[in-house]
Amino acid sequence: MAEVEIRNYSLNFGPQHPAAHGVLRLVLELDGEVVERADPHIGLLHRGTEKLIEHKTYLQSIPYFDRLDYVSMMCQEHAFILAAEKLLGAEIPPRARFIRVLFSEITRILNHILNVTTQGMDVGAMTPVLWGFEERERLMEFYERVSGARMHAAYFRIGGVHQDMPRGLAEDIYEFCDTFPAVIDDIEGLLTENRIFKQRNVDIGVVSIDDAISRGFSGVMLRGSGAAWDLRKAQPYEVYDELEFDVPVGKNGDCYDRYLCRIEEMRQSLSIMRQCLDKLPDGPVMIEDGKIGPPSRGEMKRSMEALINHFKLYTEGMHVPAGETYTGIEAPKGEFGVYLVSDGSNKPYRCKIRAPGFPHLQGLDFMTRGHMLADTVAVIGTQDIVFGEIDR
Amino acid sequence: MDEALSELGDYIGAALPQEVIEVNVAFGELMILTRPEFIVRVLTYLRDDSNCQFRSLVDICGVDYPDRPQRFEVVYNLLSHTVNQRVRVKVRTDEETPVPSVVPVFVNADWYEREAWDMYGIMFSDHPDLRRLLTDYGFDGHPMRKDFPLTGYVEVRYDDEQKRVVYEPVKLTQEFRSFDFMSPWEGAQYVLPGDEKAEQAESGEG
Repeated sequence: MAEVEIRNYSLNFGPQHPAAHGVLRLVLELDGEVVERADPHIGLLHRGTEKLIEHKTYLQSIPYFDRLDYVSMMCQEHAFILAAEKLLGAEIPPRARFIRVLFSEITRILNHILNVTTQGMDVGAMTPVLWGFEERERLMEFYERVSGARMHAAYFRIGGVHQDMPRGLAEDIYEFCDTFPAVIDDIEGLLTENRIFKQRNVDIGVVSIDDAISRGFSGVMLRGSGAAWDLRKAQPYEVYDELEFDVPVGKNGDCYDRYLCRIEEMRQSLSIMRQCLDKLPDGPVMIEDGKIGPPSRGEMKRSMEALINHFKLYTEGMHVPAGETYTGIEAPKGEFGVYLVSDGSNKPYRCKIRAPGFPHLQGLDFMTRGHMLADTVAVIGTQDIVFGEIDR
Repeated sequence: MDEALSELGDYIGAALPQEVIEVNVAFGELMILTRPEFIVRVLTYLRDDSNCQFRSLVDICGVDYPDRPQRFEVVYNLLSHTVNQRVRVKVRTDEETPVPSVVPVFVNADWYEREAWDMYGIMFSDHPDLRRLLTDYGFDGHPMRKDFPLTGYVEVRYDDEQKRVVYEPVKLTQEFRSFDFMSPWEGAQYVLPGDEKAEQAESGEG
């Protein structure tokens, strides 16, 4: 038989490909169908967010955080305002803290529904997306009812939250907490024991604990490998230390374990939401310090000083004392951090955004090496890549 | 919390007396200042010492202070899962002096250093592959520097005749507006439009 010469060839994957989860351009070097090397080219969605933030006041910076990872909006606002509040030394009213945690968990469910179901779609299951998106719609309705926007809420503000929850919302969130577990069960019924889903995910993209730590992985990418590390437990912020929840960890560190972790995290989030609603105290939702929080609407209509205060806060903005901080929170995708440098003026001097997806995507080469081309798609899906946050 | 951190800071300072220039704790966070030539040694120590075990590199970023002789700061944020602490290591450098790459210590420093090079033009010596990361292929300049304008220098447009995307110098339909909020009563150092005459009249009289 004549010898056939097989050459490696490179394949351009994306930037416009539904399985690339956005605008990922992946240069793959293939040996037949086996991936030899994966070189992600990122930056196609680079909008210069950090540069823009340097030219905006603190209040004007908040909406940029919604637009980074556009499926976990409020969690990112959370990191930024926590950083600013740390520099300001602001004491936040308890009701606002609980509302923030409540909405952080709603955001986590929003994100995980999208991830779990689209991962199903990446490996060939169509129905979970349709079921999941109906629930996402309900959650985004909660967003809309507190902030007026379905996605880009800008609801968390430095010093509290923008407005109190409207009447009746708590009851509806309770109702959601009661009905949503059935939907998780349905989605699990389609995926968890599904033969195709397991064939495509079990033992794919295995990461050991040591690799995950040394590569800077966080969130589910780390917990799926068996490390019980959750910033909500390890370095609790807001009121997470008053709440009871479990941190699910995986055993094998493959795509399937990470999927199971996400499913369990949704259930835990529901329990956190319930606890928040049970414990939700009465009181103001915005700090009373006039240098940080605006006066109430009613006060503004009657008092000249309150009007001036409001005008100054919304034009000039607050002055944050000089200093620097790195504040990280447990976003649905992993550790989302903000390194904020203030020079004492009304604009951030430097605001570096540490996106969880950035080190994850960097590890794509390591995770896919030796896998088949089709597994690359499953790995991208399990990494929960969103380009808004990676390219910034 | 702060005490544990300052103890840790003293411990690191005592272990690396040559390398560590400054240790301070602010806002419950530990900061260590060192010099570029020592960065690999400091990070290796922080990663391997049994009391530190900062085995995860969270972030590397540049900060630009144009007024300083060494205008750039490179900030390394490390996290230890074992002792549950964070530490921030800083070095200062300028446009010419390269910082040794820490890729041999932390694998994921690769992209972070590429990003810092792309955004600020900070050089990293011995980096395996120091390409631009976020900006366009063939981009010129380092956009996060404080002297780089927010609007940039070029804009892109699809040219129907050439059937490709072309670069053109940036054209603004409206002048770029930058507000400063200094109150004129608090010593603003600028002349309000139309106020020049008042100044002249005053000096003419006086």
